[in-house]
Amino acid sequence: MKRLAGFIKKEFIHIFRDFRTLIFLFGIPAAQILIFGFAVRTDIKNAGIAVLDKSKDEISTGLISKLESSDFFILKQNLLTGAQIDQVFKSGEIKAAFIFETEFGKKLINEGSANIQIIADGSEPNVANLISSYAKAIITDYTMEINSIHNPSTIIVDPEVRMYYNPNLESQYMFVPGVIAIVLLLTCAMMTSVTITREKEFGTMEVLLVSPLKPIQVILGKVMPYFILSLIDVILILLLSWLVFDIPIKGSLVLLMLESMLYIMLGLSLGIMISTIAKTMQQAMFTSLLGLMLPAIVFSGFVFNLESMPEIYNWLSLIIPPRWFLTIVKNIMIKGMGFSFVLKETFILLAMTLVFITISTIRFKKRLE
Amino acid sequence: MTNEKVIQVKDLVKKFGSFVANDHLSFDVYRGEIFGFLGANGAGKTTAIRILSGLSKPSSGEVRVAGYDIYRHAENVKKHIGYMCQKFSLYEDLTVAENIMLYGGIYGLSKKTIEERTTDLLRNLDFTEYRKRIIGNLPLGMRQKLAFSVAILHNPDIVFLDEPTGGVDPITRRQFWEMIYSASDNGITVFVTTHYMDEAEYCDRVCIMNEGRIVASDSPEELKKKYGATSVQEVFVKIARPSINN
Repeated sequence: MKRLAGFIKKEFIHIFRDFRTLIFLFGIPAAQILIFGFAVRTDIKNAGIAVLDKSKDEISTGLISKLESSDFFILKQNLLTGAQIDQVFKSGEIKAAFIFETEFGKKLINEGSANIQIIADGSEPNVANLISSYAKAIITDYTMEINSIHNPSTIIVDPEVRMYYNPNLESQYMFVPGVIAIVLLLTCAMMTSVTITREKEFGTMEVLLVSPLKPIQVILGKVMPYFILSLIDVILILLLSWLVFDIPIKGSLVLLMLESMLYIMLGLSLGIMISTIAKTMQQAMFTSLLGLMLPAIVFSGFVFNLESMPEIYNWLSLIIPPRWFLTIVKNIMIKGMGFSFVLKETFILLAMTLVFITISTIRFKKRLE
Repeated sequence: MTNEKVIQVKDLVKKFGSFVANDHLSFDVYRGEIFGFLGANGAGKTTAIRILSGLSKPSSGEVRVAGYDIYRHAENVKKHIGYMCQKFSLYEDLTVAENIMLYGGIYGLSKKTIEERTTDLLRNLDFTEYRKRIIGNLPLGMRQKLAFSVAILHNPDIVFLDEPTGGVDPITRRQFWEMIYSASDNGITVFVTTHYMDEAEYCDRVCIMNEGRIVASDSPEELKKKYGATSVQEVFVKIARPSINN
């Protein structure tokens, strides 16, 4: 054990003396959280709109101020003619235009219905979709308010939609589990594979294998520091998402940390496996980055919805570790579920880890022969 | 030198697929000897030294190192040997003292022992002022000498040196061999592979390898007498050439 202690200490010296490693370990995860948190949003805030109000009555201006006072929209321009619509879209200032027909208020009160045209910028389909559904919700609300005053006899079914687990449909709720699942895997796999191939490339691995340290101790000594630092990474990500984005952990923090430990071990053993295949540090780095990044992002369900993919993609996603860990984090963090609800996922991750360790052991033994 | 055999090899065979890298090698090495393994690149020297030091397993044959069978007591063998390969074997981003501390720790030496030996070692090499320098900033010759000192830090029975002087200037090579002599005087058996034939002259006994087989084995003087040559270089050419020409 004492022999191992000095060896682990040496690995920490490597890490703390190389600021690139430190940046990769802590800088990138923190940056990812902040970048995803602020920039990549699937909810909408302060989208610019323009209004062409041909009626200018009490009810149409009331609706406009209602739109404006929501957090979703900012009124950028009041248009005078239809010809201006094209122009404002081209200027890029607005994402949507609202056109009220003439005598809007009168029609609404007398006939119970009136027309608004919403023109949204279809070059960003997701944004356009969100804008139209937010706008519709505000308009429906408003018209019902008006109708209840002027036409109390009208019967309207008002579906009340509630988003379970995420009442405001905040996109951060999805990206935190996503970033944890992807960043953790990439960091662990890449760091381990690079640090082990580095010993191979420099010839120090041979000296270690000749020494009384057992191969398993050499590997443990190499990955132990990364295990600890990755765990700190998890804490860092959770802290950032809590402090900056106000995302609470609904379930058990202990369970979440334990699952993270399992996932880190999976990443480390994947890195060890890569290091038994790669001959140089460069190979190791490219294999872990290029080989893992794209599948992790596409097939984890983080960015793209797995259910809407072709079936073969769905099958492929089954062997992608982040897919399972993402579910675990989501269930614990956002839904506040207990261990029995992530049992299947935990078991799959455990099995994957064992497979990676077995392959590494076999390949390692082969090298000795 | 005594009559105690610290390495015993009998009918050692190592195959990689159908390629025979070591073809029935048999030899003994005595305690305190400087034993040279000579041969051109690809003659099977490195394969043999890797098997003796436990980095590779033989296909068949008997091998005992430091009194232990390498199949059954590999762990005991490891405690009694040191190893230095042609690639540089210290950590470039660690200081001189940190490297020594690391290897001392791996071989189970106490912190106090390591510190004492570090001081002695650096004084002998005249490197005391470089104690806290990062290895990567030191010249190659200096690093090689340090690497050797670290390989024998734990006073092993045997030290294996695989082409230790590759890429080193003649003066450093000379100094390096003085270190080997001094280790040998302290009772450490030195097993060294090289393709520099002039270095063979410094050995007590040599084995000349060619295409996986030992083709000659004796002291440099006896070999020269036997083949009527003035240097080991000439002996090597006389032995190895016919097989190349045929």
